[in-house]
Amino acid sequence: MPDLSFSSFVKKALARREAALTLLLVVLLVPISIRSPQFLSAKNISTILNDMAILSIVAIGEFYVILANGIDLSVGSIIAFTGMATGMINEANPTVSPLLLLLAGMGIGMVMGLFNGVLVAYGKIPPIITTLGTVNIYRGLTFLLSGGTWVTAHEMSKTYIDFPRNTFLGVSNLLWIAILVIAVFYYFSRYTRTGREVYAIGGNPTAAKFVGVNENRVRVVVFLISGTLCGLAGALWTARYASAVNEMATGFEMQAVAACVLGGVNFAGGSGGIIGVVIGTLFLGVVTNALPVIYLSVFWQTFVQGLIILIALTLNTISDQRKTKKLLAQRRG
Amino acid sequence: MQQALLEVQHVTKVFPGIRALDDVHLSLRRGEVHALIGENGAGKSTLVKILTGVYFPTSGSMTLDGKKISFKNAIDAQQAGIVAIHQEASMFPELSVTENIYMGHHLRNPKTKKLDWKTMYERTQGLLLRMQLDINPDSLVKNLSVAQRHMVEIVKALSLDADLVIMDEPTSALTGREVDDLFRIVRSLKEEGKAILFISHKFEEIFEICDYYTVFRDGQYIGEGKVAESDEDTIINMMIGRSIDQMYPHHEPKIGKKILEVKHLSQLGAFKDISFDLHEGEILGLFGLVGAGRSEVVRTIFGIDKASEGTMHLLGKPFMPKGAIDSMRKGIALVPEDRQRQGLVLKMSLTHNISLPVLTNLCWKGLVTNKKTEAKYVQEHGDQMEIKSAGYHVDAETLSGGNQQKVVLAKWIGTNPKILILDEPTKGIDVATKAAVHEFVCEMADKGVAVILISSELPEILGMSDRIVVMHEGYQTAILDAKEATAESVMRYAITTVQMEASNA
Repeated sequence: MPDLSFSSFVKKALARREAALTLLLVVLLVPISIRSPQFLSAKNISTILNDMAILSIVAIGEFYVILANGIDLSVGSIIAFTGMATGMINEANPTVSPLLLLLAGMGIGMVMGLFNGVLVAYGKIPPIITTLGTVNIYRGLTFLLSGGTWVTAHEMSKTYIDFPRNTFLGVSNLLWIAILVIAVFYYFSRYTRTGREVYAIGGNPTAAKFVGVNENRVRVVVFLISGTLCGLAGALWTARYASAVNEMATGFEMQAVAACVLGGVNFAGGSGGIIGVVIGTLFLGVVTNALPVIYLSVFWQTFVQGLIILIALTLNTISDQRKTKKLLAQRRG
Repeated sequence: MQQALLEVQHVTKVFPGIRALDDVHLSLRRGEVHALIGENGAGKSTLVKILTGVYFPTSGSMTLDGKKISFKNAIDAQQAGIVAIHQEASMFPELSVTENIYMGHHLRNPKTKKLDWKTMYERTQGLLLRMQLDINPDSLVKNLSVAQRHMVEIVKALSLDADLVIMDEPTSALTGREVDDLFRIVRSLKEEGKAILFISHKFEEIFEICDYYTVFRDGQYIGEGKVAESDEDTIINMMIGRSIDQMYPHHEPKIGKKILEVKHLSQLGAFKDISFDLHEGEILGLFGLVGAGRSEVVRTIFGIDKASEGTMHLLGKPFMPKGAIDSMRKGIALVPEDRQRQGLVLKMSLTHNISLPVLTNLCWKGLVTNKKTEAKYVQEHGDQMEIKSAGYHVDAETLSGGNQQKVVLAKWIGTNPKILILDEPTKGIDVATKAAVHEFVCEMADKGVAVILISSELPEILGMSDRIVVMHEGYQTAILDAKEATAESVMRYAITTVQMEASNA
């Protein structure tokens, strides 16, 4: 019965969030590409991937915070501060290497993430409140740093602005960096002790305590990762958009959270994976990019993003409930 | 004898793998305070949950005032006139007494349908006066003492016009004076013709306030009688009176040197002045009824909670762990009571659960997990415990209770503990797994591991232990040699309040 086994295979594959989302993505692509054949052109695909590179970096940081049963609302402000800082460093020292600017961004972001993490872990302030405060503090610091002015394209060095766009083996540096980040954190999740401990703390903090997992350390680490990746994203953002604006990346936390939720990351902590987050990011990218193709104005963008978050959360909840029911039935039976 | 108000007949409740109640009887009359007595796990709480509509009985019938009753939910039970006052008062601290009392059954003005706060306030005041309670209906519940909150719960029961009031361990959080107050109110309820089902572990209270008693054991009805015509011995014998014919593995203790010395260990509000020695190869039983503070003692030894007073010595050296990681390094393992909440990360695979305590050892420079070593490690210890599962990659939540317990045990034996603490290791698991756990405990002791075994099952404590520490309400009441201990002597120490005195035991 090859037919039966195929359908059971499909069922099993669909049970995994990553596969289901990929399938949905393909299904979505069909009508879009019929409507606009150029949508699947190499050029457009490369545009989408480059557009999504920065989001995927930030979403991975957000992923670890959510995995440990928290949320980081300050990502947009950290991007703005680090982006502004690297832009101004570049303005003052036009000869400095772009790689050093990226490192500077990461360093600053790391400190900001550390501050979040220490408040959450040792100050025992809930993550949502902590980062609700720091989202404003960091945005305010951005204005203080810049004195309200911008750094524009002709105030920055060409090497910096060109850095994300330059290609290596036909792939842009920006995309290479995103791929590197994805690879590093895929490895981190699967093969390191701390990566494992994040799952344990998010899944059951009490049980983790009984085996001696240092909860505070894990909580600091997740915010540290998020802050550092936002710093990297900030430095890349300024170069890619060739300007540092005080308002940059406002509301970016919503997109990062959306990518995670879409990728099947449990909002209550403890489950989810890097691959899911990456596919979630891609999904958001395709939908955003496709809006003009299906003659929906860009004004719909945030509306659609909000809708996607709600649908994804509802689906997560339904599948969780089903799983619980199935487990109960199994135990009874 | 007058006609019964509540009649419970042939009620059975089956949970997957366990018969919590097996064909039990209970009859209560108006104007009677009726004690429901039994060890932990005797089925008292299950019966309360059935009477209050939380559980639905598997079979059997119940009548209230001659009418058949069957509750779909807690509201049904309340409307029928059965109200339970819970151990942990379930109240809204930020609301006033009146608002708490009428929560869920607000009074409305019949014409305007507006909430009628004036009438509610007046009625609350009337009820408080009737109970001679000095509580302002407007004060917020968070500003009341624990005892006053209890009283408010009772008043709430009155406001519902309950015929049957269930009190589950009502005095556990009260001081002596407050208990007197509570008993005064219980007596006035009795005079009003209410029936009261009183669940308590304290015999002196049962003898003071109750008229009648029913004893359950292992989910079965054992007997009933008038309190005035009984004495402690009779009731204790009913509670424990089973023959210890269950097979326990033969364990020839090879007592080695002293490994842990606990002296005057105390924790505010949980336990006081606990002192005992633990030796290599010894199984030390820790027995007590609900609220005795056994789990708190071992949590403190393991470093999860902090001691407020007292000292510990591990192999002669002063020892006061700062956290689990500290005591784990020094060779202590604790298998916690609640495996779902404290023992396992349900969403993680068996592999990841079992390797969690020893990840540092399985890692290269504490950083990178070696998958092959991990798989081998998990296989070795998992197979040793004979875990039945679809593989070590499945999530812990897919396993049955017994197999989950085996995973928790597998998780800890790999740490090669010198002291193994087991908190209720056989609670809620099937007979076969139980036997496997007993076998495992003896094996560990034979290897020279010092074992502390907490159990609420008297036969298990008597059958497994070399020595038994008995606790009551946070105090250590006895250390008994298992050879000389009987079910009766252990139970007697577990229920009698021993006055604090300088004991040299």
